[in-house]
Amino acid sequence: MPLEVHDRDYMFAGHVGCPGCGAAIAMRFVLKALGEKTVMVIPACCWSIIAGAYPQSALKIPVLHTAFETGGAVASGVRAALDIKGDTETTVVTWAGDGGTFDIGFQALSGAVERNEDFIYVCYDNEAYMNTGIQRSSSTPYGAWTTTTPGRDWKKMRKKNIVEALVAHRIPYAATASIAFPEDLFRKVEKAKAIKGSRFIHIFASCPTGWRIPSEISVKIARMAVQTNIFPLYEVEDGVRYTINFSPKGYLVKEYFRLQGRFKHLTEKDLDQIQSMVEEDWKLLLHKAGGS
Amino acid sequence: MKRVLEGSHSVAEAVRLARADVIAAYPITPQTHIVERLSDFCADGSLKARYLRVESEHSAMAALIGASSAGVRTFTATSSQGLALMHELLHWASGARLPIVLAEVNRALAPGWNIWTDQTDSLAQRDTGWIQLYCETGQEVLDTTLQAFRLAEQVSLPVMVVLDAFYLSHTYEPVDVPGQEEADRFLPAFRPRFMLNTEKPCAFNQMAPPDVYMEMRRSIQDGMKVALGGFAEMEEEFRRIFGRSYGAVEAISCEDAEIILVTSGTITSTCRQLLKELRSRGEKAGILKIKLFRPFPAESIRGYLKNVRKAAVIDRNFSFGSGGIFAGEVKAALCDLPERPEVFSFIAGLGGRDVTISDLESIYMQTKSQDVPPQESIWAGLRPLPVYAPDLKE
Repeated sequence: MPLEVHDRDYMFAGHVGCPGCGAAIAMRFVLKALGEKTVMVIPACCWSIIAGAYPQSALKIPVLHTAFETGGAVASGVRAALDIKGDTETTVVTWAGDGGTFDIGFQALSGAVERNEDFIYVCYDNEAYMNTGIQRSSSTPYGAWTTTTPGRDWKKMRKKNIVEALVAHRIPYAATASIAFPEDLFRKVEKAKAIKGSRFIHIFASCPTGWRIPSEISVKIARMAVQTNIFPLYEVEDGVRYTINFSPKGYLVKEYFRLQGRFKHLTEKDLDQIQSMVEEDWKLLLHKAGGS
Repeated sequence: MKRVLEGSHSVAEAVRLARADVIAAYPITPQTHIVERLSDFCADGSLKARYLRVESEHSAMAALIGASSAGVRTFTATSSQGLALMHELLHWASGARLPIVLAEVNRALAPGWNIWTDQTDSLAQRDTGWIQLYCETGQEVLDTTLQAFRLAEQVSLPVMVVLDAFYLSHTYEPVDVPGQEEADRFLPAFRPRFMLNTEKPCAFNQMAPPDVYMEMRRSIQDGMKVALGGFAEMEEEFRRIFGRSYGAVEAISCEDAEIILVTSGTITSTCRQLLKELRSRGEKAGILKIKLFRPFPAESIRGYLKNVRKAAVIDRNFSFGSGGIFAGEVKAALCDLPERPEVFSFIAGLGGRDVTISDLESIYMQTKSQDVPPQESIWAGLRPLPVYAPDLKE
């Protein structure tokens, strides 16, 4: 099915991301949906590099690079300045990785959304500190190898559920999205753009370098994360109204895990345990969405 | 119009007169009266600003970095732990060349918890690329805050207006509050050279590899050099409109002085009182008050101190492993002179301990009675600390 999306791009063809970078694909889609009246705040993350060094930029919109933990606060300030100047047309977007969102930037993000600042916060999630060389974050999934969870010390904690943490702030809109489902992603960004207040979009963005996968299966692996219910697509309005956007096809998590070098140490028993953890999370989500 | 104002409220009045557009702040004693008064101004509409009640000082500075990058006038206030928490972003603000104004109420750093005045918090931010101005009176606080916006915007560097906790922040004094029209004449609307603009998209603060980073740092120093001359020009314009000026340094009875007490902040006021007594006894004493700490006005300090026999620098701060911070700066400024005064370094009033006229007189007399200063700073009025842990005793 062809994608019904305009052919204008707000990203130049050149950037310095790795081959198959899910974060670059995510940026291209999101900017297409946002359009040129967008100011983007980028705290330290892979995109601090991908966007290019002085005096070049891979993006055709104004970009404010900022310190790691400041995504929520800097965007609040940009929004306040635009408001005082009477500019209500421009959309302010923070574009942060999982480290800048789940970990070091969580306080500023929580503060900003508690104040219901009028901006869109996008977290492109590649499930570890990829820019510094694949170190564990609180977004790294259970079972994963990283350079700080090597050998038998592979990560034994669950991935933090960031969407639920944001939903608990009762923000107007929170959603998950995936680079493998561009129509769903496009619709969600357009929907978020039309809403006032704090909006949060959590995009699953695969990382061939860090996940130890061939670059050509970057999108496939992101699709499988949704199909296995590891990363369900859903949206939550006003912190209460849940809508699940994709119904699972019954794929097993081990099919997703088997393709990635970061999980190659896991035993069948480990994978069975992960399967039951995923099923438990899915049931919880169904319950919230009013399903069985 | 003359009004009796608390030092904190003098800051707030100046921010109102400056028509700040975005304020972001997090409360900390003893800065609170500044931000409470500004909240009142925003609530009653006398200041048309967006006030962001952020969740930390770090986010306060981050929010202003965002707002200033979008081209509006910005202000925050903090103290001590709050300033220390901002540290990373103080570097960011100057590196991004943003004219943010910050009122910093000098307070001691913990532990132990101490809310009283001490300059180590602001002086520890010496190398962050901020212009620093130290104030002595409520009037000076108001005037300096208004001046700070103009200086910051002229050189595209952030400015810290520094005032002593309680002795200044919570003390009421008669203050001449300018009218809005004269304030506008002195401080026209902010016209940023660069800003976030969807019509002219640019990337700000992006990666700067070794081939450009050094030049970017040098441009900050060039801005500091402009600020040194710019400060005098700005003050001249201020004096023309308001009839007052302070100087980067102020020399009091220095012409024929043999011993000069070098001060900053409210200790200067106490020194002025002592000076009257010393002069009435025929002592050839003087005071050199340092207002501008960054950029450091080394040349004018050399000019005032080169012909005196002794200088006693009084520091309400300390750099561990070194000495009084103003003393170190003064010594560095003098070291190239063929003939220079003996510089005595005194530490006094840390953690808000009162520095009385008799304390200062003792400092003066110690300076007078010794030919050569000791290598290390002299801690004035040091007392034995009682030990309360019995099992630590022999």
